[in-house]
Amino acid sequence: MAESDNIVVETAEKIFADLADPQEINNDKNSWQGPLWQALSEAGLPLSWVPDDLGGSGASLADGFALLNAAGRFAVAVPLAETMLAGWLLAQAKIASPEGEMTVLPASPKDRITLDADGSLSGRARGVPFAKAAKHFAVLAHGKDGVSIALVDAAKARVEAGLNVGYDHSDTVTLDKVQPVTLKAAPKGFDQTTMMLMGGVARSLQIAGALESMLDISVRYSNERVAFEKKISKFQAVQHNLARLAGESAAALAAATSAADAIANATSFDDEVYLEAASAKIRCAEAAEKGGAIAHQVHGAIGFTLEHILHRYSLRALAWRDDFGSESHWAVELGKLVANRGADELWPLVASR
Amino acid sequence: MTAALRFDPIRLPEKCEQLRKEVRAFLAEEIAAGTFDPHKPNREDTDAPEFSRRVGAKGWLGMTWPKKYGGQERSFLERYVVTEEMRVANAPTRRFFVADRQSGPVLIKYAPEHIKMEILPRICRGEICFAIGMSEPNSGSDLFAAKTRATKTDGGYLVNGTKIWTSSAHIADYMIAIFRTSQPTKENRRHGLTQFLVKMKQPGIQVNPIGQITGQYEFNEVVFTDFFVPDDHVLGEVDGAWKQATSELAYERSGPERFLETYYVLTELVRAVGPNPDTRSAEGIGRLVAQLHTMRRMSVSVAGMLEAGKEPVVEASIVKDIGTVWEQQLPHRVRDLAAFVEETATNRETLERQLDFAIKTAPKLTIQGGTTEVLRGIIARGLGLR
Ligand SMILES: Cc1cc2nc3c(=O)[nH]c(=O)nc-3n(C[C@H](O)[C@H](O)[C@H](O)COP(=O)(O)OP(=O)(O)OC[C@H]3O[C@@H](n4cnc5c(N)ncnc54)[C@H](O)[C@@H]3O)c2cc1C
Repeated sequence: MAESDNIVVETAEKIFADLADPQEINNDKNSWQGPLWQALSEAGLPLSWVPDDLGGSGASLADGFALLNAAGRFAVAVPLAETMLAGWLLAQAKIASPEGEMTVLPASPKDRITLDADGSLSGRARGVPFAKAAKHFAVLAHGKDGVSIALVDAAKARVEAGLNVGYDHSDTVTLDKVQPVTLKAAPKGFDQTTMMLMGGVARSLQIAGALESMLDISVRYSNERVAFEKKISKFQAVQHNLARLAGESAAALAAATSAADAIANATSFDDEVYLEAASAKIRCAEAAEKGGAIAHQVHGAIGFTLEHILHRYSLRALAWRDDFGSESHWAVELGKLVANRGADELWPLVASR
Repeated sequence: MTAALRFDPIRLPEKCEQLRKEVRAFLAEEIAAGTFDPHKPNREDTDAPEFSRRVGAKGWLGMTWPKKYGGQERSFLERYVVTEEMRVANAPTRRFFVADRQSGPVLIKYAPEHIKMEILPRICRGEICFAIGMSEPNSGSDLFAAKTRATKTDGGYLVNGTKIWTSSAHIADYMIAIFRTSQPTKENRRHGLTQFLVKMKQPGIQVNPIGQITGQYEFNEVVFTDFFVPDDHVLGEVDGAWKQATSELAYERSGPERFLETYYVLTELVRAVGPNPDTRSAEGIGRLVAQLHTMRRMSVSVAGMLEAGKEPVVEASIVKDIGTVWEQQLPHRVRDLAAFVEETATNRETLERQLDFAIKTAPKLTIQGGTTEVLRGIIARGLGLR
């Protein structure tokens, strides 16, 4: 883990260390969420990406991304990323963010919410992270005049609870002629793909963080566990597995931070940003699969127990693959983009920065 | 936390983009003039002396070296861009690449001044070719098992023994080699090796070409029989080559040449599937591009850290490990996808010819420059496991 020289990340890491220690969270299934959320809210972190005048703390995109990476390192299971994304989406249309937990919909490129002529919203969104916990939804909707962004009171929607692979809420939200609290046109050029790319990069940073922690605890465990009268870290086969885990962790971190940096410095979501964001989601998802498998292998049976913290990282990283477009989805889209630009434009795209 | 891996999102500075345009324009001219065919990686012209000279004349050899040795004192990132563009275009770089990447920097660090003044400017002009003499028949991964002896004599050393797998030895003007100058000690089995500058094409050296499974002849056996090396050709500390050999590895291991060797099949696949690919082809291409992009970001990141004077040894090893495994798998993945390419694709033959060559090339990629297993050992050491 890189030492942080970033005040937002430092604040968050201190809160996570005090109130979201993975071992304690794992032992105590319920009562930790309240204090953690409260501390994060008091520090203004869930609304990091909302400007001051819209009720947020106005951190930069870059700081917010770094915060999400730190949240991934602690496998934080409160709707921090979701509320940040919701606040960011609302801010695109200059809609002020309310207090409390939020999430965004749709959370899958396949789902659509439509805006009817009477100003109401309808549609179904599946796999919406933390919808059950959210007080408000930030919604991207398609109407006959284009794309709009809306703030919706969660109480007006039907929410069917579900759980993802990582045991976090991943719910189905149905809007049936729901009147939003506020609705505004999205800025020019902003569409559902933009939102999915942004969500995908948020998830990539979380996955990368989880992998950093998996590498860390796996290395530590291998230096403690003794078999055949040796620490298992001394077996070459184990060393090579850990070297590969380091590679997957490094690839995830490089892809995710590069995409975050690209978005933070971009003026629009052009092809080059698309390459960065889609690649991050694809590569991080692959790393979650390969890296997670190695982390479990190194831990043996103990890592397969509910008591051990490994699953808090490994399963969550696997679950995060599904949000805002899976790696298969983005691979198809990126492949089409590349094919469409033509063979001779591939290298210029890759070498664009 | 144990593992402090860093991959900062370093961007190439603006002046690199200007340079990139110049390199592309130069390569386009060379292609137009028929110097090389970018669609043919399996060319026979490993020895392209005139091309080397023209690259040298552009100031693209020894780019980062001091001006007094013919260098340009440009940044490592600028050199990075030149390397990338040459690789992607399949330019015939074999004749100058080793000297530019490795041998020159070794000379700058360890050679006496008069040798530097004599040889470095010639490398920069693209006039001379270098080879690396490390491996021996019984010493590959275990470099410290090397036995070829350099015995002290009047004014120099007499060398006896055999180097093997020496790339380009048949066209090289010089070799930088390690020879055994004394026995290893009990405390340090790495002791006793010395680095030498060897002038090729002299009596006492015999170069025997070894065919490769690709059908090419690129590496060789090099036999030394009472071969004389003068004292001023000792590079660095006598018996201390192990310290020198391990320090330059980050430069050698993380460059674009470590994941782009089979890249051409990907471009050709994209050409063959055309602008509207089916879902399977699109997904396959998307994944490969995402992996390529990620690796390149990692590689640029390491280059940036080197430029900033850091020593990212583990990160560089990771880039080589992931990069070489990727370039090894690439032709096979492209082959999977090419099975669905239409018979009518105009470049079908080119793609098939390229795949044929890339598949034959692939096995070497995780061996040359240090095997995957050896690299993973280095990474494991960096993680604190050994
Ligand atoms: C195309 C090509 C070009 C080359 N060019 C040059 C050159 O210009 N100059 C030069 O000096 N050399 C060159 N080499 C040689 C190259 O550096 C060696 O092949 C390489 O270091 C491996 O050594 P080896 O072939 O003797 O294999 P070995 O060392 O015998 O290894 C055989 C297998 O055993 C494994 N192994 C060995 N030791 C260990 C260990 N401790 N732990 C785990 N596994 C281990 C290896 O990983 C490998 O899988 C070239 C090789 C190739 C393929």
